[in-house]
Amino acid sequence: MSSDVITLILALPFSGALLLMFVPTEQRRLSGWLAGIFTLGACVLLLLTAMTVFDGTVVRWRVEWLPSLGVAFGLRLDGLAMLFGLLILGIGLLVVVYSAYYLSPADSSPRFFSYLLLFMGAMLGVVLADNLLLLVVFWELTSLSSFLLIGFWRHREDARQGARMALAVTGLGGLALLAGVLLIGKVVGSYDLDIVLASKAVLQKSPLFVPILLLVLLGAFTKSAQFPFHFWLPRAMAAPTPVSAYLHSATMVKAGVFLLARLYPALGGNEVWFSVVSTAGIVTLLMGAIVAIFQHDLKGLLAYSTISHLGLITLLFGLDTPLAVVAGVFHIINHAVFKASLFMAAGIIDHETGSRDMRHLHGLWKYLPVTATLAMVAGAAMAGVPLLNGFLSKEMFFVEAVAVNSHRLIEIATPIASTIAGIAAVAYSMRFIHDVFFNGEPVFGPNAVNKTPHEPPRFMRVPIEVLVVLCIVVGMFPEVTVGPLLAVAAQATLNAPLPTYTLAIWHGFNLPLLMSVIALAGGVGIYFALQKKVNLHTIAKLPGDAKLLFDVFVENLTALAATVTRLTQNGSLQRYLWLIVATCVLVVIAAFVLFPSTATPARMLVGSEVANPAVIVIALIGMTSAVFAVINHQRRLTALLFLGMTGLVVAFAFVYFSAPDLALTQLLVEVVTIILMMLALNFLPKTSKADTGAVRWRDATLAGLAGVGVAWIVYQVLQRPFDSIAPYFLQTTLAEGGGANAVNVIIVDYRGFDTLGEIAVLGMAGLIVALLLRDFRLPNAPSDGQFGAKTPGNARVSLLLSTVTSLLMPIALMVSIYFYLRGHNQPGGGFIAGLVFAIALILQYVAVGQQTAEAQARLHYPTWIGWGLLFAGVTGIGSALVGFPFLTSAFKYFSFPVIGAVPVASAMFFDLGVFLAVIGGTMLALATLGRLGQYGTGHVNDSVKTGAA
Amino acid sequence: MSLALLAAIGVGVLMSCGIYLLLRARLFDVVLGLTLISYAVNLFIFFMGRLAVGKPPIIVGSLPQTLAYYADPLPQALVLTAIVISFGMTAVLLAIGVRAYAENGRDHVDGNQAP
Repeated sequence: MSSDVITLILALPFSGALLLMFVPTEQRRLSGWLAGIFTLGACVLLLLTAMTVFDGTVVRWRVEWLPSLGVAFGLRLDGLAMLFGLLILGIGLLVVVYSAYYLSPADSSPRFFSYLLLFMGAMLGVVLADNLLLLVVFWELTSLSSFLLIGFWRHREDARQGARMALAVTGLGGLALLAGVLLIGKVVGSYDLDIVLASKAVLQKSPLFVPILLLVLLGAFTKSAQFPFHFWLPRAMAAPTPVSAYLHSATMVKAGVFLLARLYPALGGNEVWFSVVSTAGIVTLLMGAIVAIFQHDLKGLLAYSTISHLGLITLLFGLDTPLAVVAGVFHIINHAVFKASLFMAAGIIDHETGSRDMRHLHGLWKYLPVTATLAMVAGAAMAGVPLLNGFLSKEMFFVEAVAVNSHRLIEIATPIASTIAGIAAVAYSMRFIHDVFFNGEPVFGPNAVNKTPHEPPRFMRVPIEVLVVLCIVVGMFPEVTVGPLLAVAAQATLNAPLPTYTLAIWHGFNLPLLMSVIALAGGVGIYFALQKKVNLHTIAKLPGDAKLLFDVFVENLTALAATVTRLTQNGSLQRYLWLIVATCVLVVIAAFVLFPSTATPARMLVGSEVANPAVIVIALIGMTSAVFAVINHQRRLTALLFLGMTGLVVAFAFVYFSAPDLALTQLLVEVVTIILMMLALNFLPKTSKADTGAVRWRDATLAGLAGVGVAWIVYQVLQRPFDSIAPYFLQTTLAEGGGANAVNVIIVDYRGFDTLGEIAVLGMAGLIVALLLRDFRLPNAPSDGQFGAKTPGNARVSLLLSTVTSLLMPIALMVSIYFYLRGHNQPGGGFIAGLVFAIALILQYVAVGQQTAEAQARLHYPTWIGWGLLFAGVTGIGSALVGFPFLTSAFKYFSFPVIGAVPVASAMFFDLGVFLAVIGGTMLALATLGRLGQYGTGHVNDSVKTGAA
Repeated sequence: MSLALLAAIGVGVLMSCGIYLLLRARLFDVVLGLTLISYAVNLFIFFMGRLAVGKPPIIVGSLPQTLAYYADPLPQALVLTAIVISFGMTAVLLAIGVRAYAENGRDHVDGNQAP
């Protein structure tokens, strides 16, 4: 039961998000209620499973997704996921309540709640995913939905910029994470969390371990705003405050440390982890705490404080001891609780005064006593004052900082740095409390406090009250309140037995306690000293903002992209062609150089024998013709004739190498192609302009290289043995396909569906030609030398030719039918028969002129294409109707005079469709081009017009 | 010269000529080039089924139905349809070429050179 519940927990926020998209903008209450109900539902369901998880069971749910890639859609609820789930849904619920009062009537509240629930679902997905790839998918979804949330006030420039920057930084990290995860999958052989977590030895022995670790850490650090990727978080404060309370205290930024916690059993416990993670953590901790003191924006202070606390958590994971991990998990909880309430308080202050600037906000105690009290308690928790939750985890952190066991210098530096960070934390907490609620009177004015503040609506304060109560209760009775949750979460994080620890407030007089005292006293002292001596309000801005670096980076990236585009995509198709060919050549050369073949070529079955001199001569004729076609390409008609010659030699190659069907097809297509090209040449320049010598040499070199490469590949492949599925076709063609000609049986039976597609393409090609040239006026109609008769009155008809062709027509028809009927057993079939028929028709056109021919035959080719496709398709559906797969052939032999036994397979009807479609497609193209010359300035191809209509 | 070498050189020459004509980037030359490339590619696919002389894949009752006695029918079937499709492609290209030339009077594919 509980395994299905977790899918429901994940599905609820997404369903809510979807539903809210359809709620009208003005339905503010409805959308708030909907968001609340969906969140509450998921929260209750999560609590229902809590007992199972607290017993130490891992709840799973799984359905195969891409089994071939080893990707399953698996969910997994263990202690760590439970802890994060509670944070996401619990604080999520409070944020929903708070937002309902926070949003102004001008904001689209359904849109807001829809984004919020989308984010909630994505975040739940991250923590519940049982598969690393699935985790990455949800991870990206959190980046995207946070982009929408930060940029919620889309009319504001800073919101758009902040959203864009957050997306750029976290999106980049997401890509790195994806790369890291793929490498993990490569090393471990699975993306399943259980297997990955159990593969510590395999992973850490792999030469890929350091790249994997760095890529994963890049993902975690960007998300959790670790130095030097921290700069996006203060800019994301342009988001509505509930978003900051939710994303930037409890959830989104915690995804990074969640990842550290999740993968700690697999990636932790080594020197690289220790040095990289703890360095990033300690730098971030110090930098964030110190910079926070100098912020003027209320939310800016909280943002830098968040950065600092995230650094603290990262540092704890980096210290790489079981106890430090426990402390890290504990601080995740505590920070989420007090920081979310502080953000909400900041939102109330902003809401009530119209300002967030601490240079204007003073003495609010008088106006907002309740809010001020709540904020002061939460602020004290942030500072680490005893009897509040922040104190406990901070003490645990100090214990670990003192206990660091490493190089002597690090052992001394870590406690000192921690104490300094502690002092700074107290100082900025003091500033938050003293500057805002005391320190004189508010500065009233249009750009400062623009209204007299009052306490907010009752229920806007309830979420803060809940969180502040939690701060106190956890701070005073840790063992009974948060103890079990912490134990089960820390156990799941470590994936090993828990170390012994006590969640007590009093540990006796020891060094960590002394550090706390120094921090508290020093922090208060430093704050007042700073206010007195330098006056914090006059410090305009701290130098060395990483945003500048980011901007320079983005500018350079754009410039680089523009340069690459200018170099490669200058709009010249000729240039593109050249680059495409050159790239192909380079890739093949690189492949040969980088992966030299080690296999010794096996003996060739056929092909090693010396070629027959006659064959060599014929091949030479073919190649020479191709070269002549190139040399003469400026005289286009000549080139065309040489091309035809090459085509004939290709047909010969098919004959020689045992492919009679191909030879016939090639021969016939060659004829229609050459006719078509001659027709087209009528309307194109007869000569080609010469390029300069340099261009010609450049292209010739590339073409030569490409040719050598292709020849090399062919030669190499032909020397190697190969495994073919051909025997299957050869053995079954008679028994199952009812035909001896394996090629034809493959076309009409085994791969009938392909063929159906191919005749459709041919038919479409004919129609495209017809439609492209429909209603088309040729501006300068050629004066002479056309195919067929030019105008009705000017028909030049050769009597001899017309007489011969009229006799030839029935014979051609006979031949065509003969090819069609025997195709299943002998070379032939629908394609060949159709082409023969088409050529006979063309001859007729040449002899008597197109108009006469068409008038005689009354042919409407689009109809032929249609019938052809219908025949072929219906045959397939027919077999489907009697219970076989689409296009399965059935057959029976019938005896015909002269031709002999003919298997009347249902495939024959299919082939009839091929036959009709080939005639239709081919003739439609030819006739359309032919007609162009007929009416120099008139409309062409009325048949298509009526046919298409 | 072995048959395999001859086959390889043949495909290579057709490919080279085709690519050179393609790179001329003028309407008709492109069509000629593509036709040569189609020849080369069709032969390439066909040769991937290996060279077999005098063994058409048309079943005769008495012979064992293996590749020692018959050519590989599958590449042949693929190439057969490819030949017909390449005709369709040529037709469409020519139609586009004719229309393009008539409309802007330029022979070059980039439309920036007089004939």
